[in-house]
Amino acid sequence: MIGLICRKKGMSAVFDDSGRHTPVTVLEVGPCPVVQVKTLEVDRYNALQLGFDPVRPKLANRPRTGHFKRAKVEPHRILREFRNFTGEHKPGDVLQVDLFKPGDLVNVTGVSKGRGFAGVIKRHGFSRPGQTHGTHEAFRGPGSIGAASFPARVWPGQKMPGRMGGKRFTVKNLVVIKVDPDSGLMMVKGAVPGAPGGIVNIRKVG
Amino acid sequence: MDAWKGIIRDQMKPELPDVNSGDTVDVHYRVVEGDKERTQVFSGTVIRLRGSDTGATITVRKVASGGVGVERIFPMHSPFIADIKVRKHGFVRRAKLYYLRERRGKSARLKEKSTVG
Repeated sequence: MIGLICRKKGMSAVFDDSGRHTPVTVLEVGPCPVVQVKTLEVDRYNALQLGFDPVRPKLANRPRTGHFKRAKVEPHRILREFRNFTGEHKPGDVLQVDLFKPGDLVNVTGVSKGRGFAGVIKRHGFSRPGQTHGTHEAFRGPGSIGAASFPARVWPGQKMPGRMGGKRFTVKNLVVIKVDPDSGLMMVKGAVPGAPGGIVNIRKVG
Repeated sequence: MDAWKGIIRDQMKPELPDVNSGDTVDVHYRVVEGDKERTQVFSGTVIRLRGSDTGATITVRKVASGGVGVERIFPMHSPFIADIKVRKHGFVRRAKLYYLRERRGKSARLKEKSTVG
């Protein structure tokens, strides 16, 4: 497993080899220093703890300062763990975009944009009730939510309005289009959860 | 332009002609037929610019034989667009020239811009 922490910069589009206009998301990938190496013997599982987005030492609280001091790394705002990381790494190593190359498939995990209390059309893709033929006072409602005297209740799992978004999602098998080690930027094909500026994890598939 | 957009700069043509709504242009575009490739020209009036970065397009309108209006949308940065030549800068007072669709003949003409630049 290879993975890094990145910041979503925004979306654009590029022309692929056949001249087709392809949507891409630009990600600022790393640099991520290794802050802690967790091992089976000590921690009961293998993982690398990576940092992202350096923070001014003054702003880091004391527990954070101490934790980073151990690894001899500047304090960073974000700390995330990646299990079963490929290769040998020790605290202080810095991982960069060059772990990825064009053509790789990656999974991208992040928190989606919060949509608040959303109706059933936006949230579950219901179709809108008919607007004519005597329909009244039913604009974006769900319609029937079940049968009558049997079961005399609403089945569990019935799709209803409610909070939408702001949840952790993973988009799988996105193709890496381009990697630019100089700027630390990378392009993947398609969309990625969250708004520009949001933090997402990418993991290489396979 | 945001700094991160540097990564798409190589996708964009370094120099595009100064095209605006109302201009009369020749768009040279590549057509692939089987394994052969040739260039075709579409000439007309630019009635709309839209999009930014690699997604910028122009809509070109011409009146074909039989008085049939033909509009084509060209992605300016597409590798299929070989060249865009501006023949005339038209004098227009709005950005989207949709009103030309309702005009025929004399009333569909545009005055040329006196100072081309």
